[in-house]
Amino acid sequence: MEIKDELRRFVTDNFMYGKPYEGFADDDSFIERGIMDSTAVMELVAHLEKRYGITFDDKDLSPDNLDSVNRLARFVGSRVQPDFTGARDAGRIALQT
Amino acid sequence: MPVESLFKLNAAISPPSPDLEARTMSLPATVFSADVLKIDAARISAEIAGQIRDIVLERLNRKGVVIAISGGIDSSVVAALCVKALGTARVLGLMLPEADSSPDSLHFANLLAQSLGLPTRVEDIAGILMAAGCYQRRDDAIRRVIPEYTAAYKCKIVLPDQLNGSAYPIFSVVVESPLGERTKARLTLDSYLGVVAATNFKQRTRKMMEYYYADLFNYAVAGTPNRLEYDQGFFVKNGDGAADLKPIAHLYKTQVYQLAGYLGIPQEILKRPPTTDTYPLDQSQEEFYFPLSYDRMDLCLYAKNHGLLPEEVAPVVKLTAQQVARVYHVIDRTRSATRYLHRLPVLSEKVPEVPDDL
Repeated sequence: MEIKDELRRFVTDNFMYGKPYEGFADDDSFIERGIMDSTAVMELVAHLEKRYGITFDDKDLSPDNLDSVNRLARFVGSRVQPDFTGARDAGRIALQT
Repeated sequence: MPVESLFKLNAAISPPSPDLEARTMSLPATVFSADVLKIDAARISAEIAGQIRDIVLERLNRKGVVIAISGGIDSSVVAALCVKALGTARVLGLMLPEADSSPDSLHFANLLAQSLGLPTRVEDIAGILMAAGCYQRRDDAIRRVIPEYTAAYKCKIVLPDQLNGSAYPIFSVVVESPLGERTKARLTLDSYLGVVAATNFKQRTRKMMEYYYADLFNYAVAGTPNRLEYDQGFFVKNGDGAADLKPIAHLYKTQVYQLAGYLGIPQEILKRPPTTDTYPLDQSQEEFYFPLSYDRMDLCLYAKNHGLLPEEVAPVVKLTAQQVARVYHVIDRTRSATRYLHRLPVLSEKVPEVPDDL
């Protein structure tokens, strides 16, 4: 699966609770669409660290890098280690109830 | 909202409601300034005291009021208003220190009680918190990001600067070793939730104790949020957010200080820097919200509530228009994120015999 598809799947599974948001485009802001709050960002960061071996500095934690599927895919693509083969599904975080 | 404050608004600026529009349309236009938050403290104090009498004695049918006094400005003003409304014989001040409380809090609370002639009780809640595992659970959560942390350290949680950067509001923990060395680490999701969940025992235990005394004397419990705290959800659900009446929830902190001056709150309390007194290290509101003094924050909130543009507000609060726009954005975001805290339990179906608004 392409990184972008994986990321989109993670966001829809974990923050949209499987709801089919009408017209949710790859450039849509997660914040403006009410899909993610700061707790969700922490969950996303934990996933990206585990799944792709990315280390985040505080300055990385901005909407420029994380606030749409396309931004996420760009950021992850620029940071993921070419030889990273981390546990493929270990990063999946259970839904919060 | 005091009516005279509304009258100082520029009538040309989009008012928030038709009612307000009707009241402002015929008034001369004035420029936005810090004066919008000036109130007639004598009149407002008398009005709120009258409301407290009506709420407690008539609507709630209770004999008096219990109020937790922290030695801070908000609880001091609410206590003074309750005494003005009901007299000292019907008001009980509670001091509820725990292991992380600053000794200053007890000192200032005693000072207030003496100046008002307020009957008080002191209940040290550290034992209850210890038994619930509050400190242990919090420390375990901190150790997930700072393994060397022990109970001998001090700690607090802080947010990045939201005024000058666009970083997400993700908390970090700051710890201080017994030798005074400070370390800061970004909290992971599980450590953040662990710290917050454990720390919330404090506010909920305090509220349990307040209701113990309320039941004991057939009193009501007074809550003490000011407008910013109430609006932005700076409270623990079913902790300090729980109360039978919240008499200053509509007042900006600037206005609470004006009431404090009028009500004769001791100067030491007025001059004390506000603190949450929840973590062993001093944590200011600026550290978990905005690096803005309360008076400028109040003006931003007031201006946003009345539809003023950032460009009009910026010179008054000594910020750039971009910074004011960021403040507006965070107010909206925080409002939306904390709506859950205000929600009453949601029923699957209405029960008509129990009205929503008793």
